[in-house]
This record gives sequence, structure tokens and C-alpha cells, in this order.
Amino acid sequence: MMEQLNEFVHMGGYASYVWSAFGLSVVILMAGFYLPMQKEKSILQKIRKNLERMERSK
Amino acid sequence: MFGPLDKYAAPERFYLLCKSMGPWLSAISLLLFLVGLYGGLVYAPSDYQQGDSFRIIYVHVPSAWMSMFVYVVMAVSGAMGLIWKVKISDAIARSCAPLGAAFTFLALATGSIWGKPMWGTWWVWDARLTSELILLFLYFGYMALQAAIEDRRMAARAGAILALAGLINIPIIHYSVEWWSTLHQGPTVSKMDAPSIHTSMLIPLLIMFLAFKLYFFAVLCMRARCEIIEQEKNSRWVKQLARGGVDS
Repeated sequence: MMEQLNEFVHMGGYASYVWSAFGLSVVILMAGFYLPMQKEKSILQKIRKNLERMERSK
Repeated sequence: MFGPLDKYAAPERFYLLCKSMGPWLSAISLLLFLVGLYGGLVYAPSDYQQGDSFRIIYVHVPSAWMSMFVYVVMAVSGAMGLIWKVKISDAIARSCAPLGAAFTFLALATGSIWGKPMWGTWWVWDARLTSELILLFLYFGYMALQAAIEDRRMAARAGAILALAGLINIPIIHYSVEWWSTLHQGPTVSKMDAPSIHTSMLIPLLIMFLAFKLYFFAVLCMRARCEIIEQEKNSRWVKQLARGGVDS
């Protein structure tokens, strides 16, 4: 079991290449998913603040 | 103009469509990613020439395909905005650019990581790599143009023209490995009559490709929502949405 896992992590000697390629992909795809979610929240917040300011100044 | 699809061309309807589709696309894409990663990293046997380094194909090739696909989507929807003045087309085109840039960057970076052990170099200035790098600059140019032009309609129009002009790069990228001599290996999958790849290696690749494609549409939905509320911020429904009131 441990041996198989070791072999898997080792990637036939290409571990640093394979894992950095997959790691980079995961990081970029996750960031690409997370950022627009935050963006929508911040846009709506900005619009709400603007509306509140306009109502107060009336 | 789009028959039964016409109602979705209204920004509010499109926003709601994106909102309801997004979670489904995300969930299916995540599932496919997990299956595809297992298939690519565990199930597929190692290559008889390249050993385990060939597994980089499972992130490299889907991102490279997507980098071109997203560009075509961006150019076509930009053209639709240009010709028929469809508001949501502009929002879609604008949403494509950062995503396409991310795929292009991934294709270049993973290709470079693959190139080091196989070719002995991180980078060569050959036709495939150079034209893909130009694609990255086209995306950056489009994004810079959007950021520089205050008026959204003007920015969308200028962006659409840039995207259409840059479309010529797509066939160049695709055929570069056939037209010019290169270190880059030839196409593996697109020769559908006889793909030069074994089924046990091909299936995970196709699953990863689907995962990337659904990921693109999921994030496109999320980005398009941002573009639309920004574009329609003075309309009643967006104000209502911002107040956290009725959002359907």
C-alpha cells in the first residue's frame, strides 16, 4: 500500500514536473472560480451604498 | 431575432438564466474534474516513450483547446454585439477575455513544464509556442482596451474589432505544427479516424476536456452576471437586487 503510494507520488522520476503542472492548474482554476463570486458581491455592495447615499441626501 | 431564445437576450432574463445554470455547471464540472484527474493520474498507463511525464497532457491539451475555443466565443459574441447591438453579447465577450487569458497562460506554463524533461528546454521560439503567446497578448490587449475606454459601448465595439482581427491567429495556432517544423508533437486526438493514442489514455483526456468546457461555461455565467449588473446598474431590477430585496 505504502509502496504503491510512494510510486504514485514519484511519477516515474517526473514528480516535480507532473505535480507542478497539475498544482498550477488547480490553483489557477480555483482562483478563476473564486474571484468572480467575490466580484459580484462587491459590485452589488457598491450599488447599495450609492443608493443609500442618494436617499440620505434627498 | 433568436425566436424562442429572444427573451433570454433581455439582460435581466439572461442574468437569471446564468444564476440558475451556474451551480449545475459547476457541480458537473467538479465531478468530471475528479473523475478525469483519477483517470489521468492513476488509471491511464504511463507512456512507453515519455513515462509518467506524459500525464501533463491531461491539463495541457484541454487548456490549449480551451484557449482557442474561448477566443472564438469572444470574437463571435463580440461580432453579434457589433452587428445586432445585443447587450448580452457584449457582456459575454467581456467575460471571455480573462478566462481565455487564464487558459492560454495555463497551456503555455504546463507546456513549458512538459517541455523541460522532454525537449530539454523550457521554451523554443517555434510557430506553435509563439502563436500561442500571441494569443495571450491578444487577450491582454482586449482586456487593456476594456479598461482604458470609459464608455462601455465604445469599449465593447473596439474590443470586438480587435477580437475579430485577431481571429486569424486561431488557424495559425492550429496548423502551426503542420506548416512549420517544430519541436512540438503533432496532433494526438483530432485525427479521429486513427487517433494516435490508446483508449485508456484517450478517455481521461476527453473527460478532462468536458470538465474544462463546463468549467468555462460555469465561470462564464458568473462573470456575465457581474458584467450585466454593472452594465444595468441604473435599472430597477439591479437596484432591487442590490438592496437585497426581491431577487427573482
